[in-house]
Amino acid sequence: MGTQMTDTLNNTEATIRSILADLLGLPAEQVAQMDDDTELFGALPELDSMAVAGLLTEMEDRLDIAIDDDDVDGELFATFGNLVAFAKAKAAG
Amino acid sequence: MSAQPVHLSYDIGWEEERVLGFGTMEAARKILIIPPLFDEMNRVRRMLVNAMRELAARGVTVYLPDLPGTNESLALMPEQDLETWRAAMALAAEQLGATHIAAIRGGALVDDGMPDLPHWRLAPVKGASIIKTMMRTRIAGDKEAGITTSTDDLMAEARISRVSLSGNLLNLKMVEHLTAAEPAALPNACTVTLGEGADKIAGSALWLRAEPQDDAAMSAAMAAELDRWSASCGG
Repeated sequence: MGTQMTDTLNNTEATIRSILADLLGLPAEQVAQMDDDTELFGALPELDSMAVAGLLTEMEDRLDIAIDDDDVDGELFATFGNLVAFAKAKAAG
Repeated sequence: MSAQPVHLSYDIGWEEERVLGFGTMEAARKILIIPPLFDEMNRVRRMLVNAMRELAARGVTVYLPDLPGTNESLALMPEQDLETWRAAMALAAEQLGATHIAAIRGGALVDDGMPDLPHWRLAPVKGASIIKTMMRTRIAGDKEAGITTSTDDLMAEARISRVSLSGNLLNLKMVEHLTAAEPAALPNACTVTLGEGADKIAGSALWLRAEPQDDAAMSAAMAAELDRWSASCGG
């Protein structure tokens, strides 16, 4: 994997962190501490199904990806790791 | 003592729309704020009004008009589209004697009816992003009620009469306008986003939050930036 590709993927994770902070109003420290196993949907009261709608659109806008709503299921928002993996797969085309 | 609001109106031909104002008519600088669209407006209103109060304390008059079909307006939302809103904002600017225009988020989609005035835009957004989130929210809500709805179903609803999205009844024209709309290129527009540094203001993306919140520091930063910008161009 080239350096440029690695940068893009690291940025994807940082972008997801900033979207979660902006959208859910979470403290920066809490978002910075999230790892692959951090539970999201069901564990964060701020993240309800309505917030998910905004999350998907922000991911599309900030990561310049297109998300087909048929690709979206509950698993996607189960953990931070799942969400980042999904976005990285989309960003890699 | 903090500035008291004044309640004004503007005339769109067949009815009066409300305007919240701070400051005097005689001020050299009078900024018309075009609010974000739909529920984003509710989420930032308190932050905006506090910024207006702060601007009035700095000697700058500020107006926040209702878009027809929203807030206190007697106009019907299903009769609105981006053209009616653009025309209404141009009338408000003219009748209130605005010297500057400040548009927030989706407000930048309807701020180009008075292209000769200096424009300031905070975190402008494409119409497609707004309508997509509204449709996704409706689809998620339907799903919780056990109903499967697709984007195509919602477009079909709009085509037949109107579609209900986030509590707003929208006609087909509004949906189509939003799908295509981007902030217009204007000769004298300054775009500001959130963050630190030049052409940025420190604050939070309140318009994305699930619940309306406040950000006093952001109101102060926005007022300081609008004061600096409006003094630098015209007025």
